[in-house]
Amino acid sequence: MNLKDISTSVPKKDHKGKVSGQLPYISDVKVENMVYGVLYRSPIAYGKIISIQLPNLPEGYEAVGAEHIPGPNYVKIIKEDQPIFANEWVNYIGEPILMLTGKDLDILYSLLNEVKVEFEEHQAIYTLDEAIKQKSVSLVLASYEFGESLENISAIEQGAHQIIEEEYDTGYQEHVYLEPQGMLAVYKDDEIVVQGSMQCLYYIKNALLSALACGDDEVRVVQSPTGGGFGGKEDYPSMMACHVAVAARAVKKSVMLVFDRSEDMLVTTKRHPAKLKYRTALDKEGNILSMCVDIFLDGGANVGLSSVVLQRALLNSAGVYKIPHFHAKGYVLKTNTVPNGAFRGFGAPQSFAGIESHIGHLSKLAKIDPLEYKRKYLVKQGDPTITKGKFRDPILVEDMIEDVLNVSEYKKKKEDFQRLNQQNQRYKKGIGTSLFLHGCGFTGSGERDHIKAKVKLVKSKDDQVSLKISNSDMGQGILTTLCKIVAKELNLPFEDILYPYPDTKEVPDSGPTVASRTTMIVGKLLERAAKKLKNQWQTGVEQEVVEHYVHREMIPWDEKTFTGDAYPAYSWGVNIVEVEVDTLTGNLKLEKVYGNYEVGKVIDERIMKGQIDGGLAQGLAYGYLEKMTSKQGRIQQKSISDYGPPTSLDIVSIESKVFDNPYADGPYGAKGAGELTLIGGAPAVQAAIEDALHTSFQQIPITPEVIIESLWMKEGEEG
Amino acid sequence: MIKFTLNGRTVETDAPATARLLDLLRDEFELIGTKEGCGEGECGACSVFVNNLLQNSCLIPIGSIVGADIQTIEGIIETEQFKILDESYSIAGGVQCGYCIPGMIMASAALLSENPHPSEAEIREGISGNLCRCTGYNMIVEAINLAAKKGDGL
Repeated sequence: MNLKDISTSVPKKDHKGKVSGQLPYISDVKVENMVYGVLYRSPIAYGKIISIQLPNLPEGYEAVGAEHIPGPNYVKIIKEDQPIFANEWVNYIGEPILMLTGKDLDILYSLLNEVKVEFEEHQAIYTLDEAIKQKSVSLVLASYEFGESLENISAIEQGAHQIIEEEYDTGYQEHVYLEPQGMLAVYKDDEIVVQGSMQCLYYIKNALLSALACGDDEVRVVQSPTGGGFGGKEDYPSMMACHVAVAARAVKKSVMLVFDRSEDMLVTTKRHPAKLKYRTALDKEGNILSMCVDIFLDGGANVGLSSVVLQRALLNSAGVYKIPHFHAKGYVLKTNTVPNGAFRGFGAPQSFAGIESHIGHLSKLAKIDPLEYKRKYLVKQGDPTITKGKFRDPILVEDMIEDVLNVSEYKKKKEDFQRLNQQNQRYKKGIGTSLFLHGCGFTGSGERDHIKAKVKLVKSKDDQVSLKISNSDMGQGILTTLCKIVAKELNLPFEDILYPYPDTKEVPDSGPTVASRTTMIVGKLLERAAKKLKNQWQTGVEQEVVEHYVHREMIPWDEKTFTGDAYPAYSWGVNIVEVEVDTLTGNLKLEKVYGNYEVGKVIDERIMKGQIDGGLAQGLAYGYLEKMTSKQGRIQQKSISDYGPPTSLDIVSIESKVFDNPYADGPYGAKGAGELTLIGGAPAVQAAIEDALHTSFQQIPITPEVIIESLWMKEGEEG
Repeated sequence: MIKFTLNGRTVETDAPATARLLDLLRDEFELIGTKEGCGEGECGACSVFVNNLLQNSCLIPIGSIVGADIQTIEGIIETEQFKILDESYSIAGGVQCGYCIPGMIMASAALLSENPHPSEAEIREGISGNLCRCTGYNMIVEAINLAAKKGDGL
C-alpha cells in the first residue's frame, strides 16, 4: 500500500457486509441440532438457596445447573467469586441459578415461570452509601492507598488559609451496544466451539478450560461480528460462554443464548457508580497546597474487574495536574447489586468528572477563569506522575488549548453569554472546558506479567498475508487499521492483507481488546512482524512469522506501594462545550462541541473521527442524559427509552482536531485513542452548565431534575 | 394463511397472526439484514418499509400486513438509491459496529425518497428513531447529506 501518510483514510474492510446487513452477527446464526437456553435468575438480592423445584419438562427440554459443571463452579476472571450457576448463595437480583434448554423460546419462557426456588433471605446491602456507612472490612473487595504521608499533609493543612471539602457522586452508565449479548456453543463429540459477540477471546477460552476441566484442544472460541462492546463485552461474555458450553456438554446439542434488551440491561455489567471525596488545602490566593482524594466504587456483588477499574480511577485521581502534596486512597465495596465491570474509560471517567469539577470549583474561590486556573497546574514533560513515575514524552496540551480557544472563540463567547444571560430570564447559555489524558495499555506491568502478547503473520503461496491475532473488531475499526499497518510495512495492496474473524484454533493470544491497547501494543507487534516478514520475503512461498511483546522497562511498577510508571504513554485531550439551559424545565441543549486530541499518530483519520464523535457522544450523555438507578437491588431502567442514550437530535456536530506527536513504541507513532474520547465529555458539560447557571454541582448526570432542584436551592439561598 | 408481498415477490406463511413481522422475516424467510436491537420499537434496527412507509418490524403482528407490500434491506440492495447510500456511508465513515446500519439505511432511504434535499435538521429528525451507539450520528448525518447531493432526487 503506497499511502504517503498512514493517516489517509481507506474504505473499511467490513463496510460491504455491514451496510447490506448480510454480515452475520451471532443472533443471525443457526446451526443443526441447535436449542435455545434461557436462564432462571435470582429474584432476591441476598440469600441462601434452600431448594430448587423444576416443572415437568417436555421431551427435548432439559435443565442445566451447577451439578453439570465439570470443573470448579466459578467464572474464571481474576478472583473466584462469581459462580457459573449459583447453587448455595445468591448475591444479586438476576444472578443465574440454572438454564433451561429446548427448541422453542416461548415454551422455555413459560417453563421458566414454573421453576420454584426456595430461599432463606438475608439482609442485603443495596447502595454504595450503605456500604460506606457499614465500614465493614468484609465489604471491601479491593483497596489501594498511595502518595504523600497523611502526617505531612496534616501539617500543611494546619498552616493553610482554608480547607475545602467536597463530595462528588457519579451514577451507573449502561453500554447500550446496539447488539445485545449473545453466545452459541456448537456441540461436537470431541470439541465445543463457542462463538459470539465478544472483546476477549482468550479470557473466554481460559474460563472455559476451567469450567469444562478439559484439554486445550477440546474447546475453541471464535468471535462473531460484534455489534458494539465499549467494555460491556470484556468480562460478561465469559459467563455466558460458560453457560452455553456447560449446557452443550450436558445436553449434547448446540446451545444458543441471546439476551433481549431488557435482560441485557437488567443483568449485565455497568459502569461503577462512584463517590469521590476531595479535601484540599488552599493559601490566601486560592493556590493549592495539598490534596487528599478518597474514591469509593460500587463493585456490585462480586469483584470481577473492579480492582483494576479502581486502580485506573486512582491513577487518574489528580487529572492532568501537578498537585503539590497529593494523597489518594480508594475502595471497591460490595453491594448486593448487579456486578459492575468494564466500560470505555475504565474508572477514569469517574475520576475526571470528579477532579475537573473540584478544580473548577477551586477556581471560583480563587476568582480565576477555570481554564486559566487549570493551566497553572498542568503537568509538563519531565514532571513526575502521582505514583513517582514520569511524563517522558512531549506534552502538547498547551498548544491544543490555545488552538481550541481560538477556534471556539472561548473568551468572546464567555462575555457574550454573560450579557445574553442578563437579558434572557429563561434561557441561559454557558461554556465549559475539560482537560484529560488516558494512560495507554494495561496498568503497570500487566502487559509484561499477565498478557505476554504474541502475534503471527501467515503468508500464503499467492502472497496474501493474514493477521493471526486474538483481537476483536467491535466497530472501532481494527480490521482496517491493523491491516493498514501491515500493508504499508510490506508495501502490499490493502486488499492482500486479510484479517478473518479470530478463532483461538488459529490465532495466538495477542491479548484482550481493551484498555486502548490494540493499536499501540498489538499494532506495534504487527509492525515488527511485518518488518521481519519483509526481510525474509520469498515470493510464492508459504511463510510465517511470530512476534512477542517486549517490555520497555521504565520506572518499574509496584502494585503494592502503587509507585512507578503506571503506563508507558499517555494520550491527551481538551474539550469545550457550549450549552443552553432552559431554567423553566431544566432541559439542556448542546450547542457546540469542540475537541482537540493527541494520540501520537492517527492510523486512519476517518476512523479516528468516528472514535471522537462516538466517544464524545457517550461522554457528554454520561454527564447530563443517561441515568440508571437501582432500587432495593433492582435496576429500574429496563428499556432503552427508560434509560435515554442520545439520539441524533441530542447530538450536534463536533469540531475536532488531532495533533501529531509520534510515540516511539507505537506503530507509526500511534498511541491509544478509543477510551480517551469519552473522558472529557461529562466534565465539560458540567462546567458549561455551571457557567450558564452560576451554580455548582456535585454529581453527574446533571439531569433536568437536578438542574431544577439546584435552581430552587439557589433561589432559596438568595431569598 | 397470510399472504403479502415481500421484496417484490408474493409470499405466504402459516405463522400465527400474532407473530412479529421481525421474527417472520428473520426465521422463516432468513432475511438477516433486519436486526433486533430492543424489541420495543425504540431503536429502529428492525426498520422495514410497509407499503413504502418506514416501520419497526418488531411492533408489527403479521395479521396486520395481509396484502401489504413489505420491503427489507435485502429488497433495496439493487436500487440506485442504495448504491449511492452505500458509497456515501463509506466515504463519510458512517459505519462502525454495523448493527444499526441496515435500519439506518432504510431510514435514510425513506427520508430521501420523501425529501430529496433535506437540511441537517431534517436529516437528524429523519433518523431520530434509529439509535446508533458508536458514531454519535454526525458521520451518518454527513453520509445522508452526501447521498442527497449525489442522488439528487433518487
